[in-house]
Amino acid sequence: MSLLNATQVQGGYGGMNILKGVDMAIDKEDIGVIVGPNGAGKSTMLKAIFGLVQVTDGDILLRGESIRNRQPNELVHLGMGFIPQEKNIFPSMTVEENLEMGAYIKPRTTARMLEKIYSFFPDLKQKRKQPSGELSGGQRQMVAMGRALMTEPTLLLLDEPTAGLSPLYMQEIFDRIVEINKAGVGILMVEQNAKQALAIATKGFVLASGQNLFTDTGEKLLNDPDVAKSFLGG
Amino acid sequence: MNELVFFINNVVISGTVAGSIYAIGAIGITLVFSIMRFAHFAHADLMTFGALMVLMFTSLFPGSGALLGIPTPLLMLPLGMAMTAFLAIGIDRTFYKPMREHGVKPIVIVIASLGVTLMLQGLIRLFAGTGSRSMYVGESKGIYRLELPFELASRPIVITEPQITLILFTLVAVIGLHLFMHRTRTGKAMRAMSDNPDLARVSGINTDKVVMVTWILAGCLAAAAGTFLSMDVSLTPDLSFHLLLPIFAAAIVGGVGHPYGAIAGGFLVGFAETLSVFNWAVLLRPIRHWFPEWVEIPRTLALVGTEYKIVVPFFILVVVLVWRPTGIFKGKVI
Ligand SMILES: Nc1ncnc2c1ncn2[C@@H]1O[C@H](COP(=O)(O)OP(=O)(O)OP(=O)(O)O)[C@@H](O)[C@H]1O
Ligand SMILES: [Mg+2]
Repeated sequence: MSLLNATQVQGGYGGMNILKGVDMAIDKEDIGVIVGPNGAGKSTMLKAIFGLVQVTDGDILLRGESIRNRQPNELVHLGMGFIPQEKNIFPSMTVEENLEMGAYIKPRTTARMLEKIYSFFPDLKQKRKQPSGELSGGQRQMVAMGRALMTEPTLLLLDEPTAGLSPLYMQEIFDRIVEINKAGVGILMVEQNAKQALAIATKGFVLASGQNLFTDTGEKLLNDPDVAKSFLGG
Repeated sequence: MNELVFFINNVVISGTVAGSIYAIGAIGITLVFSIMRFAHFAHADLMTFGALMVLMFTSLFPGSGALLGIPTPLLMLPLGMAMTAFLAIGIDRTFYKPMREHGVKPIVIVIASLGVTLMLQGLIRLFAGTGSRSMYVGESKGIYRLELPFELASRPIVITEPQITLILFTLVAVIGLHLFMHRTRTGKAMRAMSDNPDLARVSGINTDKVVMVTWILAGCLAAAAGTFLSMDVSLTPDLSFHLLLPIFAAAIVGGVGHPYGAIAGGFLVGFAETLSVFNWAVLLRPIRHWFPEWVEIPRTLALVGTEYKIVVPFFILVVVLVWRPTGIFKGKVI
């Protein structure tokens, strides 16, 4: 049984269907990467999985149980974490407070998890008393990831975690994602840095106009001339 | 010296009292705005309602405060606060929450809250009549006269018991609120929701609970402010009408969504009001001899007459917003 299994998902904003029947399956050991042109519906798909966009047709199963149109906070309790593409921190709150809010549903484990996150992202430990809105883009991304990891999720959804980061920082974030995955967290992420992301992906999904164009292992998609020509910039 | 006493009584004490009331009211408005993103016009009516509840309990058990050596309305205040918190939650559940869930624009909820204001004012008049009432039933208001140990000061500084309680309450409320927002899990969740409501939801924060806590805080603060004000003056059904503009001005001037801004705004508006109706002639008279002969000092020399006091908050509002469109502390633009 897959960790996450979305079948023929349709949905969108206010009656307008953006997703026109999307399939996606992820196992515990997987890093799934969604690529595709701007406006393809990649973010919409993640939001649909996380109960932030109305799903009108199809189904989404978490460990075999339907989570279609469940409230986000129920999904957090079920072990899912989500890092939105934009506005993914609490800017006026300190780094530590951001992390504490991540553990809102598990107040007892806060102290232990803070230690864990700080050893995982040592930069954050130094900045823990600083308002997170004053951090650099890369550090904010770490706060956002740290926040989502505070509940020890088993499935993490990330929307463009490397957007706007320098190549060095981007690689750093990807390395961290691989580490998180190795620790037993299923990953599904949207990425614009398609080549680098597909290189770490076990599963790749190419989305366009709200539909699956290609679905394969990351490696196969990277070497597929059709995919390369239209989506990876040659 | 007497002039100084006059200044202390009419500006320092009056300004602090008005400022405290406005600050507490503005904090409520700002809290509600930062969590639910709408301007809650019925806020001042929660103040009247709270005072009315306190008066009701006081009339039911007159003189019971004597057991603790405090005025009965003060003893009944916690009950009034609880009732007001219940009312606030009830109003939210019946009117605002269904609208939020339908995803209506904030302006629609603002208008709904105007409707709630009118409804509450009507209900309050229906049950309590239109006259003004004293909050003291069979008791009298404590008034303190502090004689100054100077020969030239023959007049005392006058401060009343409810004024002292109000000022102390404001101090405790401000410090308590700060600790709550920065030290407790629920308080931090409130700040998180104010910062980024979508992310709060995604983080698993129980947003319904945060909304409820916000109404409890707003209701309790409003009831307290209304009660102290009514104890100091008297309880009239149009209390809220006179408070609405200054507390909104205070919240906006301070920076909407910013509790410290609300406090600063409240005191700014409170002092500006008292300073502008203060009779400056009193302070000029002792230095009369510095002026040339032909200068006459009029009997009253105030910026505006007491009747026009209400223009002051507006004036401050406009001046501050021109200078800083988001308020003194950078607030969220409504
Ligand atoms: N909140 C919204 N309300 C209405 N339409 C929206 C909303 N968000 C996105 N859309 C529409 O949905 C479509 C898909 O948007 P989506 O954000 O999923 O794209 P994306 O693949 O993530 O693109 P990008 O790579 O630019 O992030 C777009 O046509 C967009 O206009
Ligand atoms: Mg997107």
